[in-house]
Order: sequence, then C-alpha cells, then structure tokens
Amino acid sequence: MSRVDERSPLPGADFEEAAAVSRLRRVSVRKVTGRLVLNAVLALVCAAWTLPTVGLLVTSFRDPDMVSRSGWWSAARDPKGLSLDNYRTVLAGQDWSYVDASGETVRLRGENMLGAFGNSLAVTIPSVLIPILVAAFAAYGFAWLKFPGRKMLFVGIVALLAVPLQIALIPILRDYQKAGLNGSFLGVWLAHTGFGLPLATYLFYNYISTLPRSILESAFIDGASHYTCFTRLILPLAMPALASFAIFQFLWVWNDLLVALVFLSGAGRTMEVLTQRLLALAGSRGQDWHLLTAGAFVSMLLPLAVFFGLQKHFVRGLLAGSVKG
Amino acid sequence: MKGMNRAIAIVIAIVAAASLAGCAKKDAADSVAGKTVRVTGSFRGEEAARFEEVLKAFEERTGIDVVYEGSAEFETQIFVQAEAGSPPDVAALPQPGLMKTFAEKGYLKPMPAELVARIEANYTPAWKDLGSYKGQVYGLFHRVNAKSFVWYPKKAFEAKGYTIPKTWAELRELTDRIVADGGVPWSVGIESGGATGWVATDWMEDIMLRSAGPELYDQWVSHEIPFDHPAVETAAGYMAEIWMNPKYTLGGPKNVLTTPFGDAVKPLFENPPKAWLHRQANFITGFMPEGIQANLEEEVGVFALPQIDPQWGTPVLGGGDQFVMFNDRPEVRLFLEYLTTWESASLWAKAGGALFPHQDQNLDDYGNAIERELARILVGAKVFRFDGSDLMPAEVGAGSFWTGMADLASGVPVKDVLKQIEASWPAGK
Amino acid sequence: MKGKSEGRTSGRGAWIGRVVPAFLAPVLALAALWAGFALIKEGWISGGFAAAFAAVWGVVGAALLYFVANWSVERLGPKVRAKALPFVFVGPALLVMAWYLAAPTVRTLALSFFDASSRGFAGLDNYAYVFTDRTMRIAFLNNLAWLVFGTGFSVLSGLAIAIMADRSRFERVAKSLVFLPMAISFVGAGVIWRFVYAYRPEGDAQVGLLNALVTAAGGAPVNWIVERPWNTLFLIVIFVWLQTGFAMVVLSAAIKGVPGELLEAARIDGASELRVVRSVLIPSILPSIVTVATTTLLLTLKVFDIVYAMTNGLYGTEVLASQQYKQMFKFLHYGRGSAIAIIILVAVTPMIWYNLRQFNKREAFS
Repeated sequence: MSRVDERSPLPGADFEEAAAVSRLRRVSVRKVTGRLVLNAVLALVCAAWTLPTVGLLVTSFRDPDMVSRSGWWSAARDPKGLSLDNYRTVLAGQDWSYVDASGETVRLRGENMLGAFGNSLAVTIPSVLIPILVAAFAAYGFAWLKFPGRKMLFVGIVALLAVPLQIALIPILRDYQKAGLNGSFLGVWLAHTGFGLPLATYLFYNYISTLPRSILESAFIDGASHYTCFTRLILPLAMPALASFAIFQFLWVWNDLLVALVFLSGAGRTMEVLTQRLLALAGSRGQDWHLLTAGAFVSMLLPLAVFFGLQKHFVRGLLAGSVKG
Repeated sequence: MKGMNRAIAIVIAIVAAASLAGCAKKDAADSVAGKTVRVTGSFRGEEAARFEEVLKAFEERTGIDVVYEGSAEFETQIFVQAEAGSPPDVAALPQPGLMKTFAEKGYLKPMPAELVARIEANYTPAWKDLGSYKGQVYGLFHRVNAKSFVWYPKKAFEAKGYTIPKTWAELRELTDRIVADGGVPWSVGIESGGATGWVATDWMEDIMLRSAGPELYDQWVSHEIPFDHPAVETAAGYMAEIWMNPKYTLGGPKNVLTTPFGDAVKPLFENPPKAWLHRQANFITGFMPEGIQANLEEEVGVFALPQIDPQWGTPVLGGGDQFVMFNDRPEVRLFLEYLTTWESASLWAKAGGALFPHQDQNLDDYGNAIERELARILVGAKVFRFDGSDLMPAEVGAGSFWTGMADLASGVPVKDVLKQIEASWPAGK
Repeated sequence: MKGKSEGRTSGRGAWIGRVVPAFLAPVLALAALWAGFALIKEGWISGGFAAAFAAVWGVVGAALLYFVANWSVERLGPKVRAKALPFVFVGPALLVMAWYLAAPTVRTLALSFFDASSRGFAGLDNYAYVFTDRTMRIAFLNNLAWLVFGTGFSVLSGLAIAIMADRSRFERVAKSLVFLPMAISFVGAGVIWRFVYAYRPEGDAQVGLLNALVTAAGGAPVNWIVERPWNTLFLIVIFVWLQTGFAMVVLSAAIKGVPGELLEAARIDGASELRVVRSVLIPSILPSIVTVATTTLLLTLKVFDIVYAMTNGLYGTEVLASQQYKQMFKFLHYGRGSAIAIIILVAVTPMIWYNLRQFNKREAFS
C-alpha cells in the first residue's frame, strides 16, 4: 500500500516547475480527499455491518432478565448486569440443582464444549481438505484436458449446484447402512465432500481456466507431465481460489447441523459436534437461549482464525511474479 | 522391493487384526446385561440431563447401556433415519401423526402383549388410544405436559384482592376489573422460531374443548366436521375477544405475533405487573425470571382455564412424546417396561419440570407444590384431550392452522381464516 | 515404489511388469486406507487420538490415491495415458458427485410423480399442487424478490467493499468486519437479528435496534417482520448481511489477480479512479463476478433457514426452499417436496446455459 504522504508535492521544486507542481498538487489534493471519502464510506459500511454483531456481543455479557427489558445499547448504564456467567456456563458446562421432595439438594451437570470442539475439528478439517483436493484435480481436468463428454459433464456439475442436499439424505444414509459407514467420520467427510464438490469444482474451474495458457505451454515444452504441471504450477497459482473455498467450506461444515445429525447419529454423545451441543444448551424449548449468545462467539473463534490465517493468500502479484519466473 | 514387502505385510496384519476384532464382539454373552439400547428424542439440555437420571437407575439395575441422543432437528432426523432403514431402537415421537405414518409404513414394531397389559394397567384409555394405530399399540407415554393453565403473579394478585375465576363469565369480570384498575389483563406471545404458531393453536383448542365439548372437538380434529363449522367460529370468537382487544392484551394483537412465547410470561413479574394473566402449559415455569423460579411457590399462582359451557366442565388439554419401538429385542422391551413404572417417572418428577400420566403416581414425589397441583389437575381431569394440532395432518396442524391463527391476529376476518384452513385440509385424511 | 528395474526385461515380461503393478497399486492403496478405518471402527484406537488419526489418514489417503492412480496411468504408455489421464483427474470428483447428488436427483425426479408416502403413483398431481396452491403462489413471488434483490445487493455490495478495501489502508480490518457474519453460526445470526427487528408496543422501551432508532426520531415503532410485503425485504437484508462476505472474498481475490501495471497504465493516462475501476478493473474481473452472481443466485433459491427461523413462513414470507423442506420433513409429503426441488432445478436452466457459453469460449489442451 502506498502511503498518502508519498503523493504529496515534492519539496523544494524549481521556480520553472511551479506550474507542474501546482498541477500535481491539485491532483494530489483531489486524491487525498478522494481517499478520505473512500475511507469514510468504508468505515461507515463496516460499522453498519458490525453493529448487529456488537449487539450480540454486548448481550452475551448481560443478565438474561435484563435483555428483555432494555436494549443492549443501554447496558453501560447498568454495569452490574454484566458478567461472564454465560461464557462460564458455555465453556464449563451447565449445572442444574434442585431440591427433591426429601429436602436433599441434587446436582446435575451438563456436558462442556471441549469434546464437541474436538469432534467438530475432526469432522471439519478433512471435510475441507478432501473436496479441495478432489475438486482441484477435476477443475484442472475440465480446464486443460480433452476427453469425451467434457461439455455435458460440466453442465451437469453446474446443474448440481442447484440441488439441495436434503434430497440426498435418505438415499445416502441407506447406502451407508449397507456399507457400514453409518456413524463414522469417514461417512461425514465423504458426505461433505459430495455436497461441497459442485461449488468447489465450479469455483476452481473458473479460476484455473483463466490462468494464462502460456504458463502451461512452456511447462510442457520443458517436458513436464500434466500431474507435475498441476501439483507444481497450478495448485500454487490457484491458492487464492483454494483459500476462499477453504474458508466457505470450513464455515459451512463447522456450522452444519443437519448432515452431522443424520450421518453421525448412533454413536451417542461421544460424537456430538459443536452445533449440536450449542443447541442442546438452549434447552428443548429454547428456555436458555441467552447461552446461545456466548456460544455463538465461542464457536466463531476458530472460523475467524482460519479466515485470518488464509487472508495472506489474497495478495496482489502472485500471478504476475510467477509468469516472469 | 523391501519397502514394498514390508508395506504389504503391515497392510495384511492390519486387515487381519481388524477382522479378528470384529469376531471377538460376537462372543458376548446372550443375556441382556451389557447390551445397548439406542434412544433418540427431541428433549435436550436440562431436560436431557433429567432424563439421564431416569436412565441411570435402569442401567445400574439391569446392566443394559441406554444411549440417549437429543436433537434440535429431531423430526427431520428420525424421518430420514426411518426411511433409510437405520432408526434407533427407541424414539420419543412428539406427534401422534408421525407414529401413524411410521406404523403405516411398517417401520414400527407393535408393543408385545405384556407391555400392552402394563399400559392398560397404569394409564387411562385415552393415552393408550393415542399410542394405537389400527388396533395395535405402538407408543407409550412417559413425560407429558398439560396446557390449560392460567398463571398469575401471586403476591400482587392477592394484594389487589383479585379472586380466581371459576367460570368464563368470572374470567371476563376479572379481565374488566383489571382494566378498570388501570392494568393490562393478558400477556400473549406466539413467536417460537420455526414452530411459531403453536401457542395460538393451543388457545384455540382449549377454548374449543370448553365451548363445543369433547365430542365436537374430536370430530373437528378428525375432520368429521369442516374446519369452518359454526362451533369453531364461536370458539375463535371467544379467543378474538381477548386477543384482538388492545385493552385486554399487552401491546395489542400486533405485539402478540412477534413476542417470543417465553418472553410473554415475564411482564407478569414486573413491579408493578405490566400484565396479570398468562395462559400457558406447565413448562412455562422454566422461562420465568430466575428470582421467581427460585421462589416458585410464593411468587406464582396458577389456575385451570375456566369452563365456558357448564356441561363440559373444565377439560385439560395436553401433549407429550410417545416412545415407540423400531427394533424389538428383549433389552428394548425391558427398557420400555421400565418407562411404564412410576419408579422411572418419579426420578424426573423429583427434578421438576415435567408431569406424568401414570395412574399409580405418588403426588408427593413432585418437587414443589405447584407441580403437585398441576399433576392433580391433570390426573383428576374428567375430560382430557390431546393437542389437536398434533393430531391433525401436519399440513394443517403445523401448517395452515398456524398460518391462519397468525392471519387472525393480523386482522383477517375469522370466517376467511377458517375457510382457508378448511380448503388446505388434504383430501382423504 | 518398485518396478523400474523389472521394466527393462524384454517383451511380454516387460508388459506384465508394467501393467500388473499399475493395477495392483491402486487396489493396495485402497485396501490400506480401508484397513485404517476398520481399526478405528472396531474401537482399536479411540478418543481424541482416533479423531486426529482418522483426519490425517483421510486427507493423506485421498492424496495418496491420486498419486498412485497417476503413477499407474503413467506406466501404461502414451496412448493409454492420453485416454486415461483425464479420468484420473476428473473421475473421482464425478463419481462422488454422481453418488451424492446426481443419483439422488434422479430419485427425486421419480418420487415427484408419487404420492405422500412415495408408494402410489400420483401422475402430475404434485406439480398441479405446486402451481395452484395459495401458499406456493406466495412462495414463487417471494422467491423472485429473493432472487433479484438478494443476489443483486449481495454482489453489488461485495464488489463495492472489495474495491474500496483494496484502496484503503484498513483493508484487513474492513474485510474481516464484513466477513464476520459468515463466521457466525446460523443459530447466532437468528438471535442477532431478533435484536435488530424486535418490536415492542409504543411507549415501552424498545429492545430492537431499528425501532429504537425510529422512536428516537419521533416515529411509531414498526413490526418489521409482520408488515407485508416489506417483511420479505427485511429477511433479504439478513441474507445480504450474511452473503456479502462471500462475494467480497471471491471478488477481492480476483481483484488481487489483476496485474497492477494494467491499472497504473490507465492512471498514468490521466483516467480518474472511478474510470479506472469502471473500464479496467471491472471488465478484468467480470468472469469472477459471473461466478459469484451464479453461486449467490443459486443460494437464494436454496436458502430456507432464514425464513424458517425468523417467521416460519408466516405473514406471507414463505419461499420455495422452505416449502420444500416443510413438505418433505414436516408434512411428510415427499412427493410435493420432490416436485418443488425439481421446479427449482428447472428454473436455473437459463443460468446453466449461460455458463455453458462461457465454458465453450475456453480451449483445452488435447
């Protein structure tokens, strides 16, 4: 990023160049104000985008009885109503006690998030990486290899983008039942791979097919095979596309409930994922919904970390540099 | 070469080991101890923790492992699993309609004679009928709820000198008196996310039972009389009288639509109360402010929704999940048999938040006076009817009936609403 | 891997030496993978370690399969290789998609001609229902609004933010903030928007952000979720809030792919920044805009959880996908649900056709 001050007029310019300098100054003044306006608009948009989430964040610290009485923006007026209770409950597990008829106090403990966190990771990571691998190969195939039926198959993939995954649940579960994949991690990964593949292939194809043909041509002259070309050249170049899909697939799998419910069921709570446990926190009728506020932030941390981690792949010049080399 | 050979050897060793492990499992003893029963249902969180208490006692005694999974999208999950041929051993179905669909398709196993005998011995015939389809018993009830209750803030209510109404006329008087005192009588809220509408249909059913009587109610639910029958219109009129009057309900009908049902009880416990009466099922106590929940017996008062037509008395409307059997094995039967006993129910009754239909129940086992009172009303009811919207075809009961009630509150005339619901009733059901 | 030394022996032996390992290797690789999962399934490895082991095993295994398949095909000589190689690349993806989506779609098409229980033939009854039912008519109209406004606003705001962020010093912060909603689980998003649209009767303290603003400005509170037909628009706002992050990320990646020299050249020619954007930047990322618009548009047809969670389709907010979900899993009328799914599929054919035209413009290596 170039800094604003670099564009300010050069100091100590010659008298003869005064006219040129003043023109430059006019341009740069326009640029500075343009930049200011741009940043102001961007800041405004970002504020509008974030405000609802700020509301949730503030609410996650508030006493549930206060929430229905006053708006979250007035929380500062009553700091006593703020606490970490919701987070404590979400992280450490719920805790109920009651006094039974004989006067004895009985304590019940709910499960904490830790085990579910591990399960969600075990479900999510392969469910992100496997479709990326499979789709990247397929996208390369569609973009640069000739084979019979290529056009029809591609049309088929675009059409599959419109297919809602709910229609696949029953037939796939039936197949799993026969293959013994029911309630296994492998089954969930394959399911997420299947449901994510059309989008991944479509996105990757659109990116890979627009890479300059000349890169590949020169590689083939050097005697590279398609396989080497793909792994050494195309995969690194397609990083921005791979990274953006990785983010979406990660989010989708991480926040998924239905696929996990259907394909991981049967193993009891040991295989519960985060979304399942979050919804359990709220209770059957949502009476403890205030825990969802803190829960939403806890479950959001990892996806955000992934986003920040992958953001470095969205940089300019990745392509330009490699063409030169 | 060497590396390859070693790799093959390892693979063979792994495969052999895996298959051996598979064989070893089959050698387990034939007795039920050590067997597993898989149960799924829609209750989770606190309710699941309480249900686990019930399971624990059974597991300790029999050595059978009961694995319970509660899910937020239970209806979808169980439907997919049943259709795909991989259901759990036992499921707690929230709607009788779901049981009938599954029974019709042959997914469910009918209860064996000894279980039917248990059900006959410990439940009133109404509960057995709700679990039956074409002469076979498929479902049995454990935790249930009752809905015909009106809640009020006890201390403030008594301080004002209000008295509990016994008839609809007295309820009207009370309502008007509260208005005259400058208060708002009712707080109603029907918002419930993906289930928005059930509060309104509960109201409608409760009034229908009281104004038209149980026989007409049954005919209405089974579509022997059209949905826009004059009796239904009369019932809707009673309801609209309260709902549509901005003086009678907090915030007027518009507020009713988008107030979360759990929030609707809260205005009762403001100081002074912003509203005085709230009609809702027994589980609403879980939504009351924490300070109130801790002092339930002192802070909260409850009475049965009063009678409208004296000849029908004060019927009770209720609902509940029924446990059905997808796999008939000795350990599954043992578990279901356990659920028919008061022993299994008392463990949950003590923890609170649930009512039970068991005939041999000991009211003293309930954790607090309010639940004892509710249980007394439920067990003692001369007329008990199941939530009608759960008995109607889902297109109506969880579809057009909900939409219609929301339309009613938005100001669409009663006749039009009922006509539309009638038109949506699926042919042949 | 073995084989190279054997390949040197002559004639038939050489052929066998080449071909047998080529077929054996994938089989062995598959067996090894399966054995790993058998170990976990039989409980030999358990707990957190099993999950980690399985995850590594799965990802490495998938990569290994491609490597071995390619290795096998490379051994089979140039003629076979040219024919077989494309299938090494696209084969697995096609197989998986055929199993998980294409076959179920065919099944859905068949079931759309059957009754609720999927047993009795119903002819075109389900389609007749879809086109005549009152709720379905509302759903069609609403979906049109979702399609136009949902896609339009998401793509436009995503594009605008991506372009602005690219020129701002706060790029990372800005992009992260707009991306934030995507990371929130749907459960959380539902709670968030309740605090935006919440309605309290006039005179009460408003807990909803919008109504607080309205009443502060002296207006009367509005019940946003109930007022038709605007309520559909307010639900679309939630979609735009969630989906703009997607458009922004993909378009931002595309913008980064536009060579800086290209933009600089236009600037040196004296073009204003707006002009640079309009006539240089946007044309160069047009393919990505089409990609984003296509996927977002499909999403507007498939999304149902916003409607389902916020209004349950009441107050005239029903859309096709929420009706499909309800018919399939709530009303247990699989035939009608299937018919709606098929209608949605047919509705996207113009878009498929457009993408095919784009596809034909690009040439592959033979």
